[in-house]
Amino acid sequence: MDTIAFYIFAAIAILASLGVIGQGNPMHSVMLLIVSFGALAGLYILLQAPFTAVTQIIIYAGAIMVLFLFVVMLLNVPREEPVPVTAAGMLGPTAMKIGAVLSVVLAIEVVWGLSRLGPTWFSQDAEAAGVSSVSRIGNVLFTDHAFAFEATSILILVAMVGAVVIARREH
Amino acid sequence: MVPLNYYLILSGILFSIGTAGVFLRRNLITVLLSVEIMLNAVNLSFVAIGRYLGSVDGQIITFFVMTVAAAEAAVGLALVIALFRHRETLSPDAYTSLKW
Amino acid sequence: MSALIPSPTIIAHLALIFVVFNMLVMSAAFMVWLERKVCAWIQDRHGPNRVGFEGLLQPFADVFKLMMKEDLRPKAADAALFAIAPIISCITAFAAFSVVPFGTETTLFGLLDEPIPLQVTDVNVAVLVIFAIASMGVYGIVLAGWASNSKYSLLGGLRSAAQMISYELSYGMALAAVIMLAGSLSLREIVLNQSGYWFGVIPKWYVFLQPIGFFIFMTAGVAETNRAPFDFPEAEQELVAGYHTEYSSMSFALFFLAEYVNMVTVSAVATSLYLGGWLGPFLPDWLQWIYFLIKVFLILFFYVWMRWTLPRYRYDQLMEFGWKWLLPVSVVNLLATVVLVLWIG
Repeated sequence: MDTIAFYIFAAIAILASLGVIGQGNPMHSVMLLIVSFGALAGLYILLQAPFTAVTQIIIYAGAIMVLFLFVVMLLNVPREEPVPVTAAGMLGPTAMKIGAVLSVVLAIEVVWGLSRLGPTWFSQDAEAAGVSSVSRIGNVLFTDHAFAFEATSILILVAMVGAVVIARREH
Repeated sequence: MVPLNYYLILSGILFSIGTAGVFLRRNLITVLLSVEIMLNAVNLSFVAIGRYLGSVDGQIITFFVMTVAAAEAAVGLALVIALFRHRETLSPDAYTSLKW
Repeated sequence: MSALIPSPTIIAHLALIFVVFNMLVMSAAFMVWLERKVCAWIQDRHGPNRVGFEGLLQPFADVFKLMMKEDLRPKAADAALFAIAPIISCITAFAAFSVVPFGTETTLFGLLDEPIPLQVTDVNVAVLVIFAIASMGVYGIVLAGWASNSKYSLLGGLRSAAQMISYELSYGMALAAVIMLAGSLSLREIVLNQSGYWFGVIPKWYVFLQPIGFFIFMTAGVAETNRAPFDFPEAEQELVAGYHTEYSSMSFALFFLAEYVNMVTVSAVATSLYLGGWLGPFLPDWLQWIYFLIKVFLILFFYVWMRWTLPRYRYDQLMEFGWKWLLPVSVVNLLATVVLVLWIG
């Protein structure tokens, strides 16, 4: 049951990501990325991390993607002819040639390296599964990582002010 | 049950798709979307390995990665808007020269 | 062959999902009738009273009429997004109700071996799930505005989306204050924490501990569901019909269904968080969902009453209220709750 769910979510994530980079309409790219985030949230639930799954939907799919959507609508981003997924298409200008080849090499290396590991199973004891409780995450976040937490809040403030200043229309 | 390396392989494939997107797309916004794909792939690795080791730190790091991704997306999109106002185009090729 | 017959628990769960789904659809139909009747009484006239007793069959007549209409699509509209926008609105509206509890555990008079709780599912991060699904509801409206390829729709869609994401912050802070009082994110736990009475008479509902929080939550809820006095994005007088201008027939009906189901969900969450869910004095355990229905109905009546009594906010007033007034008040409310929880313990 878990295995079937994993394969379904993995297939949705990969196909949606290929759709994001492979098709021309930018609005559709944004929506496909939201689908990919939803599939990843499903995978987080399979990994017994419900808090991360819900945070993924709230922050990524619910806030960051709305930002992208607004910018795409504001700039009226034109439809772009996607690079045809053929050998002739990808071996275009030099940068793309090198880039496409490097990405494929990266994918092959990672997949080959990881499949050389024997199947490493997750531990099934209740203690390991209990890491996901929200109170435990909150505990660790506010005690061991309190400095990083506070620094992140300043980071967000700076980013917010910076974004408003950079995107402001010059008068 | 799904072993750990399936999750890592999926993460690797998603990361490569994101990298390919950064190289192959000629549109600044889609480049930023591909960067988001890469960040998500890394998040998946963290959560999977955190579950494998029975540690909650995987999810903590994910929390920070998401927050930093939000900040970076905001500033990146503001930059794209500011650049678009100058050159009226979103192709990265228009920004290859430093001279305005 | 007996392996194909699912266990009674699974049948009970499926029946529960079926009942909840139909209840939501019927409540949306009931809301259509309630809105028109209450509007009529406030405006000193009868409402619909031809179709059925006191007009109770009016919603069904409306749905029938809408089904008979032609399903239009503007030529320059983005077909995929145009079709999918009302579907997203509806899915998020219904999905958010899946974690709302409406009764104690029941064994259905001994038919089942183990008691099932009267809700679709119980996750231990239920409040966050509601928040997440509410933030996904923005997409239905934005895509409807964009895909219609018309300036009224686009303006309405963008304004509505900006309003929804602005009021989500206060919504979340009010939620955080209640979570702190209850110590758990599961809605069932929050309701169970409100059982009992002070001095034997006043029930221990959170509305008495958090009156400002209740006000903030209801205001943010009204703004989230795009209802008056915050319904500028679909104001008939200003924007034709806002983001659903170009929709007709069943797609339009889906948007309205989504709006009413959103209202029901916000009311149900508000009763679970602040008004004690299904808890009430005299009825036995297996009938206490009646109290839940009564409380939700009271909040829905209040919603409708507000719509036809209060004037509409202008858009900049709306945004200013959300950011400059409601958000600081909700932060102060949260801080006050923290101080009280730490002090009283």
